[in-house]
Amino acid sequence: MSTPHHPQLDRDGRLQHLLTLEGLPREILTSILDNAAPFLAVAEREIKKVPLLRGKSIFNLFFENSTRTRTTFEIAAKRLSADIVNLNISTSSTAKGESLLDTIDNLCAMHADMFVVRHASSGAPFLIARHLANIGRNDIHIVNAGDGRHAHPTQGLLDMYTIRHYKGGFEHLRVAIVGDILHSRVARSQIAALTTLGVPEIRVIGPGTLLPHDCARLGVRVYHDIREGLRDVDVVMMLRLQNERMNGALLPTPQEFFKVWGLTAEKLALAKPDAIVMHPGPLNRGVEIDSAVADSPQAVILPQVTFGIAVRMAVMSMLAA
Amino acid sequence: MNTPAAPELPATLDAARLSQELAAQIRPRLRPNTHLVGLYTGGVWLAETLAEQLGLGAPGVLDISFYRDDLNERGLALAPKPSAPGIDINDAHIILVDDILQTGRTIRAALNVLFDYGRPACVELAVLVDRGERQLPIAAQYCALTLSSPLPEHQRLKLERGAAGELQLRLER
Amino acid sequence: MKLRIAHGRLIDPANHIDRIADVFIADGLIAAIGDAPADFTVEREIDATGLIVAPGLVDLCARLREPGNEYRATLESEMHAAMAGGVTSLAIPPDTDPPLDEPGLVEMLCHRAKKLNRAHIYPVGALTVGLRGERLSEMAELTAAGCVAFSQASRPITNNAVLLRTLQYASTFGFRVWCQPGDPYLTRDGVAHDGEVAAHLGLPPIAAAAETIALYTILQLAEHTGARLHIAHLSCASSLPLIREARARGMDVTCDIDIHHLHLDESDIGYFDTHCHLAPPLRARADRDALRAALAAGEIDALCSNHAPVNDEAKALPFNESEAGAIGLELLLPLALKWAREDSIALPEALARITLAPARILDSQRAGHLSVGTRADLCIFDAEGHTPVTRETLTSNGKNTPFLGQTLPGKVRYTIVEGQIMYASDA
Repeated sequence: MSTPHHPQLDRDGRLQHLLTLEGLPREILTSILDNAAPFLAVAEREIKKVPLLRGKSIFNLFFENSTRTRTTFEIAAKRLSADIVNLNISTSSTAKGESLLDTIDNLCAMHADMFVVRHASSGAPFLIARHLANIGRNDIHIVNAGDGRHAHPTQGLLDMYTIRHYKGGFEHLRVAIVGDILHSRVARSQIAALTTLGVPEIRVIGPGTLLPHDCARLGVRVYHDIREGLRDVDVVMMLRLQNERMNGALLPTPQEFFKVWGLTAEKLALAKPDAIVMHPGPLNRGVEIDSAVADSPQAVILPQVTFGIAVRMAVMSMLAA
Repeated sequence: MNTPAAPELPATLDAARLSQELAAQIRPRLRPNTHLVGLYTGGVWLAETLAEQLGLGAPGVLDISFYRDDLNERGLALAPKPSAPGIDINDAHIILVDDILQTGRTIRAALNVLFDYGRPACVELAVLVDRGERQLPIAAQYCALTLSSPLPEHQRLKLERGAAGELQLRLER
Repeated sequence: MKLRIAHGRLIDPANHIDRIADVFIADGLIAAIGDAPADFTVEREIDATGLIVAPGLVDLCARLREPGNEYRATLESEMHAAMAGGVTSLAIPPDTDPPLDEPGLVEMLCHRAKKLNRAHIYPVGALTVGLRGERLSEMAELTAAGCVAFSQASRPITNNAVLLRTLQYASTFGFRVWCQPGDPYLTRDGVAHDGEVAAHLGLPPIAAAAETIALYTILQLAEHTGARLHIAHLSCASSLPLIREARARGMDVTCDIDIHHLHLDESDIGYFDTHCHLAPPLRARADRDALRAALAAGEIDALCSNHAPVNDEAKALPFNESEAGAIGLELLLPLALKWAREDSIALPEALARITLAPARILDSQRAGHLSVGTRADLCIFDAEGHTPVTRETLTSNGKNTPFLGQTLPGKVRYTIVEGQIMYASDA
């Protein structure tokens, strides 16, 4: 069977939805980053709002709770003057009988222009995209705000914006991603974007229980020893370790994880002197990262948050246009 | 496409002479707090030239991409530029600078952008060419050339900047 | 009715027949091949010129969804699908609701099927009560009620001591135990092969080892007990050496693969196509290729449909929440023909995998061949015809198949059960 048409592009190859960074052409990736810069300037004004998406209805569909991510999309939408409605659809409401697609049909009837979707299952936004195509609603756009272990494209994009901001480009970089790669949608989006943007060396560092089997298929170099893995890297991307993975089944204890893979000043010293440290947040201080590193000048964790709003504004504008 | 242009309009216009003409119009009405703000892209070049001729500081720049009224039809411009008025515009005398004035929609958007940065004392408009065909109640206080009759619809006037920074106004037929 | 099937190319792998020959049917049995019996008066004639006359297909795994899941499909709807697919005998796995663990249930099923008077059914009874993997089912009683073998369907026994006892008990009677190997812990939560696609899409993985570990355990325990084994729905290349070695040690073990694993691999999941959510999962390309070769060599005995109608709602979900399974009754012949065409397999060989071989696994003397005096179950098809796979053309209540939208080779023209024409279609 041939590879199907990528569901996030329209017939002319333009962005219809943002579902994943994997397979997204480099030009589109770069244009999103380019478009984010002027939105950053908007946020620095006293009036942080532009009328670009005035009158548009955007629905934050969070089937999985995440106050932080939901808030960043909310701020981005509001700064674009869109009307944003937050729907926290916990899995319990699906248990009440209404299926995911029934929910979507309902919102379509409310004249939605855009769905920002967070879901615990990989591929859920693809299902919605396919459904919208089937019912002929190509006027509605989807932004994937994180699906299962699969993708978190806006996080990946803001990370790329951050790297470009501090490092000026990609083609000369050595980047290390540290922690729970296996369960991380963030890591998958980062790897896809770094690869597309031409980063010559991507390393992943973590214990065997947190790396996908046959990880090299993702086009990365695998390190179990963080000291070896961090040597001479330009960018260190830490991942958040979820609480439920810490105790027993995948890791013995958070203490042991910190001891072996936690980022400390001493380990970071092995990277290039001007290496930057990134983290998607929220931080587990003392588990994946030492406070001294998180608060050091090398950490660009807070600028990531700022860039994140601008990147999401750019994505929403490009989709709604 | 052999509809002739308006008789007085050659294929290229001497933009340098026109900008001097514009500067001459503005000079007598300069105030201590006058600040030029150019609109991307042609307006920015023109504002830079005018600022030099008038001995003013670096002009501010505005991009109206986020304030357009035709997003649905035309989409987001490729790579909008950051806006930066350059000074605190509260109580300033602002002269918006653009190359061509036509429908007035760009100026409408530019005024909205400007007012999201503060409350200027007054705003005036300087353009190189006014080609008429206004769709909004907007007028230029300073204008180097006003076309007496409308150009055919497909013809575009475009300001270009050469390698040495010289401005040239070209008619695309 | 006395029926003559004239001028067709008769292919009967059991009797090594592949020639143009007439078939004469009387009283529901094959009366003669070639020349008419002396007193035969043709009441009805089928002109099979240009068509292939084969034994009715035997499918080792077809879920008809009764009892318990009638909203998905019914005995009646799926019997029609079987007829449209040329399938005249089918084995029913015990994963109904309730499972086939009581003689009464099996009798009822057989009775309902007989009344419908279409395909012959071969119920496979539950190996343990409720398929819970704890207590032995009444295998002798179930056999008396009509069960031909016993299995856990796709719910493996967690406790190997229980597995051992089921094998010991079944071997007491010489019953064949069917196993779909899958380590319960390594398959739990998983929805896709632990390979490139699962890694990219972030789908919970199932390692190939989940199959081989369970298979090794089953083979060890079966050898210890002398139980007869059938291994259902292999998916991994790494399982093949285990089967080979077991046979070399003299074990009575047969195996099958399903039509999906013959043609598809993990990459067909594409962008989370839930029609490719199957159990076992679609594996790597290399696995698929190895299974194809093993089926061609006869190391894998039979090809089955693993037919599982799933309602649209249960497929219109995120991949890992969707229900596994695909329909196949109507695709068994077309996909066998597609395989034969792609891999240059002789037609009698390909047909043997869906007629003779599965009939032998069912220990059925009456199905899968066209010997004179046996039940006149036939599938007459046009090998050059086409079967379009669309929601409209599928007879099954389930429309869940990865092949939706494709046109497959071959076209069933007549399905005959005990001498009765149960299905006929135009060219």
